Amino acid sequence: MYPNDFKYTKDHEWVKVSGAEGQIGITDYAQKQLGDIVYLDLPEPGKVVKQGQVLGTVESVKAVSEIFSPVSGEVVRVNKDLADKPEKVNAAPHESWMVAVKLSNPAEVNTLLDATQYAELAK
Amino acid sequence: MTHRYIPNTGEDVRRMLAAIGVGSIDDLFEPVPSGVRLRGDLKIPAAMSEPDLMRHLQDLACENADCGRAAVFLGAGVYRHFAPAFIDQMLLRSEFYTAYTPYQPEIAQGTLQAIFEFQTMVCQLTGMDLANASMYDGSTATTEAALMATRLTHRDRVVVARSVHPQYRQVLKTYTQNLGISIVEIGYGPDGNVDGGALAAAVGGAAAVVFQYPNYFGVVEDPRPIVAAAHEAGALVVAAVTEPLALALVQPPGAFGVDVVAAEMQSFGIPPSYGGPYCGVIAATEKCMRQMPGRLVGVAKDTQGRSGFVLTLSTREQHIRREKATSNICTNSGLMALCASMFMAAYGKRGLPALARLNFDKAHHALQKIMAAAATSSVRPRFGDRFFNEFVLGGFADVEAVQKGLLEDGFVAGVPLGRDYPELGDSMLLCVTEMNPAAQIEGLASAIANRAATART
Repeated sequence: MYPNDFKYTKDHEWVKVSGAEGQIGITDYAQKQLGDIVYLDLPEPGKVVKQGQVLGTVESVKAVSEIFSPVSGEVVRVNKDLADKPEKVNAAPHESWMVAVKLSNPAEVNTLLDATQYAELAK
Repeated sequence: MTHRYIPNTGEDVRRMLAAIGVGSIDDLFEPVPSGVRLRGDLKIPAAMSEPDLMRHLQDLACENADCGRAAVFLGAGVYRHFAPAFIDQMLLRSEFYTAYTPYQPEIAQGTLQAIFEFQTMVCQLTGMDLANASMYDGSTATTEAALMATRLTHRDRVVVARSVHPQYRQVLKTYTQNLGISIVEIGYGPDGNVDGGALAAAVGGAAAVVFQYPNYFGVVEDPRPIVAAAHEAGALVVAAVTEPLALALVQPPGAFGVDVVAAEMQSFGIPPSYGGPYCGVIAATEKCMRQMPGRLVGVAKDTQGRSGFVLTLSTREQHIRREKATSNICTNSGLMALCASMFMAAYGKRGLPALARLNFDKAHHALQKIMAAAATSSVRPRFGDRFFNEFVLGGFADVEAVQKGLLEDGFVAGVPLGRDYPELGDSMLLCVTEMNPAAQIEGLASAIANRAATART
């Protein structure tokens, strides 16, 4: 269910780190809780975030939730495909990365949950 | 009952006092130091019988120059227009008059449809993609539009033209003073248009440029240079509109690439009155949709596939979004919006432009008459003739004296501008609408000529 090469937050975001960059999305559990996602408010490239800070918002038919950044760094890319098709996050949450961040403190990744720990949390 | 409108009997009072263990009503005031307690009666006249009181109040009211009868030539953000009698009568219907937050789609389709039509007509009038329903008034709408621009651009500086209504600018400053948003004012040129040089100097890094259309001086300026400069700098353009009737005659802001229109709808059937209730509205391009404050009504399908009206995009609003909502305004000047809708529908697509044309013609005719009558005086139009139904007359030696004199002559005319614009101390703002018959306009012209001559000598 939850990819082993991802790291997870207690707030239900995931980050997939490769090299100096991390792609960030929300988990399958999060999309199920939110229901049909209709809109994503994502930051512009260049925005600098700290771990735990608000990265953007996810709006579903029943709620608006904030996306908290799992890691610190600078936003380098935003997944523009999701702007027109936010429902992709429901269909394939672990393939729907929202932003890519250039990590400023890679050691932070060690503070996150691994797939087994997260699966336990999301039970 | 001791008092006619206080239903407690002596027995009621006695039982209440007994229940809380107090001997008399006066004992309740014991904690107030005796030195500051009122002894004896208030210094007001003795009570009147109700018929005497009504007569007294009517006598007092008759001392007012009331808008319905007096020759009024005031505008400056509040306008007199003829509202067909059915509007007030329809507003008294209990479905509209007494319902509060009637937004439950199962039982409020009529109200929601009326709001939807209000939004639709506002969009047609302003040339924008979507409109909310509604804001408190034009000043709060303008301020909310500026705040929306700061959220959309992630910038914290707002450029506002001094030719925007002075009270709107005050509201903007009050709202933003503790939000870390700075307000930069830019002046106007000799033609009353926004000073292009000041705009160019101020626009860098701004979230929005706010101008008024037609502006506070009545001048209809070409928005294109403002839009070009603002968009070049990545700022949004907000057009504040105090007289929406003008938009039935001139090109709407949407035609020039303006991003947001913040309007006051009082002109459309809502009587001029101190403190309202009035009705503000924000209309905007689609890219502003998610940051729009206030109620939005949309069309949806029910479970059987039938169209119906519902509140939409509520996730922007306080009852869902709490402290992160787009605005703390989560209500609607509903009855006033309905009034404006009925006014727009009553005049219709042909009537509204005709009414606007009549205003334009009468105001321009009035200026000609005044200039003909006061040809030998120093009185002159301050900003030329690119105006709708309001214009500034300058060249008075003593504006306040002229205004008082006109009042003696039976004309409620002219807002002295010196209070808000020290550099326009010799000027007054006049408004002419379809409510001013030709004879009144003739009378005003000669009265102004006489008073200007008297004040000079």
